[in-house]
Amino acid sequence: MDQGRAMTEKAKGEKAAGERDWPLFEVFVRSKTGLAHRHFGSLHAPDQAMALDMARDVYTRRAEGVSIWVVPSAAIVASDPGEKAALFDPMAEKAYRHPTFYPMPDGVKNI
Amino acid sequence: MATLDRSDALFRYLLRLGDTALVLGHRLSEWCGHGPVLEEDIALANVALDLTGQANELLTYAAEVEGRGRDADALAFLRDGFDFRNLLLAEQPNGDFGRTMVRQLLFDAHDLELQAALQGSTDSRLAAIAGKAVKEAAYHFKHSADWVIRLGDGTDESHARVAAALDALWPYTGEMFQSDDAHAALQAAGIAPDLQALRLRWRARIDAVLAEATLAAPAEGWMQAGGIAGRHSEHLGHLLATMQFLQRAYPGARW
Amino acid sequence: MYTQGLNIAAGDKTIPIEAAAGPEAKRFQERVDREEKIEPKDWMPEGYRKTLVRQISQHAHSEVVGMLPEGNWITRAPTLRRKMVLLAKVQDEGGHGLYLYSAAETLGVSRAELIDQLLSGKAKYSSIFNYPTTSWADIGAIGWLVDGAAIMNQVALCRCSYGPYARAMVRICKEESFHQRQGYEIMIALARGTSAQRRMAQDALDRWWWPSLMMFGPSDKESLHSAQSMRWKIKRQSNDELRQRFIDVTVPQAEFIGLKVPDPALSWNAARGSYDFGAIDWTEFNEVLAGNGPCNRERLAARRKAHEDGAWVRAAALAHAEKARARAMKKAG
Repeated sequence: MDQGRAMTEKAKGEKAAGERDWPLFEVFVRSKTGLAHRHFGSLHAPDQAMALDMARDVYTRRAEGVSIWVVPSAAIVASDPGEKAALFDPMAEKAYRHPTFYPMPDGVKNI
Repeated sequence: MATLDRSDALFRYLLRLGDTALVLGHRLSEWCGHGPVLEEDIALANVALDLTGQANELLTYAAEVEGRGRDADALAFLRDGFDFRNLLLAEQPNGDFGRTMVRQLLFDAHDLELQAALQGSTDSRLAAIAGKAVKEAAYHFKHSADWVIRLGDGTDESHARVAAALDALWPYTGEMFQSDDAHAALQAAGIAPDLQALRLRWRARIDAVLAEATLAAPAEGWMQAGGIAGRHSEHLGHLLATMQFLQRAYPGARW
Repeated sequence: MYTQGLNIAAGDKTIPIEAAAGPEAKRFQERVDREEKIEPKDWMPEGYRKTLVRQISQHAHSEVVGMLPEGNWITRAPTLRRKMVLLAKVQDEGGHGLYLYSAAETLGVSRAELIDQLLSGKAKYSSIFNYPTTSWADIGAIGWLVDGAAIMNQVALCRCSYGPYARAMVRICKEESFHQRQGYEIMIALARGTSAQRRMAQDALDRWWWPSLMMFGPSDKESLHSAQSMRWKIKRQSNDELRQRFIDVTVPQAEFIGLKVPDPALSWNAARGSYDFGAIDWTEFNEVLAGNGPCNRERLAARRKAHEDGAWVRAAALAHAEKARARAMKKAG
């Protein structure tokens, strides 16, 4: 984050509440080996190491995980929902990417 | 002194371990709902739950060793202070968050080494309890060390607060490595570990954390003692009055 | 633990009733009608965003303030098992507060702002937590009645149209499934215990019954805001429907353990297939919400103290992070 933006956010936080929140982190948990990490939620932590510990304490109280990722929320680059149609609708038209596009004669097996 | 029978010694040692976990877990549970930030409130409750769970297992075992029909609850809720054998460190009041974390660091570094050693105990039940507790202790130590480092090397105010806490609590660390006839008997039988070796490993852990926290260990001086012999500070009585209220007010009731 | 039908005070002008809409609002409503979830950066009417921020933050505050009345008994729980269960439960409430603050933050408001609103007394939280926990049986009654009432509401909210809120509610409902049972289990033990314990249990039911019914909020039949929240699928069922369902499932549970619900007008209405019940004292409810409940001042004072006492800790952790960053940059050259 550049200095200018950091300063603005700081000023904004102080104006709003007299105190800055700790940075926000997104928490991803692998619930068991073999599965991908899944977004579980978020939390505030002063730094990355604490974010990881706190994620363990907050999001795996019932042994929900075997591995945790934390990512500063500010580091996530997200697609714009306004461009959803432009980004994703064209893909729905490409039926030839799917096996059902290719009918096979009856009697052909293992394909 | 009359010779101490093995099961008497084991009973007393289990109370030393179990009462310490119980009292410290109780202290940490006092934080629930009052932590400095929600994330940490939850983290502290996890440590309190781990310790109370350990207390439950240790006191259950103690009651069986004693063989007089008591259970873990009877030991926790129906003994007076002079029968409690917890470390004095565990009963010290929470103070501010920094003081709680310093108390925790001093304890956790010792607990981690103690549980690691107890895994090799010739008493298989104690070794099994330690096998579980050592993982919890490792996390507790990481947690308290992380905090003491941040508070020690944080602001001037936080540094001053944890430095004062370290000075105030240091005299209670000697007891963690103090032997008595029960411990000596168990050490000879390979049930309990050598506390002097433990002390050196504890000190190395503490020194490493304090260095990173820009804190200095207090000079060696007088150490408080008495907890493991049932001689406590005034704080324990108040803690027990609260903790044991219902069992005392409604004798014989089931909950 | 709980959100209540107080999300928007009657006559609140800060949340507009959205007038008939432009094309974006129309598309938005169509998505909601199709049960499509709305996600943080999607277009949404300003009133929808404001309603959600208000409701989710009130819900979060309720969880966090709700830690206090139950936390009051953690150090006095009568057995090691009860001690662990209660601590785990109150800790869960803290977790739920955290999930909900996170959900609110996706709407562009910071947790610091929300907490400031709570501590300054501007924000509301569930009225139920302004009653005192004076005996151990209150811990049973809260789990059984208060969590029971909360579950009614929260299960409905799992289908809320706003994705982050619905997901938080799914997680919360899953975790809360043990809360009500542990409370009822405490009540069973007391009801089957000594006469002193039975008295304790009945006394708790007497004190918590009516405040629990108030948790669903006033009748919302006439409320324009409620109608709007239903249309937006932020709210899925009316306060009255949920309250009736709660009474219908809870009365037999009280009878099962031999406790008497403190409502002389309570009677089974076979035609309706529901219990008829007496009038709720909404004056009391309004007074408690206005700050005049038995514990409003203590609850806020406790939250303020925790926040103020923690200020130096939060500042120190940030200062350390900045120092560490500076050191790392210097090292990297």
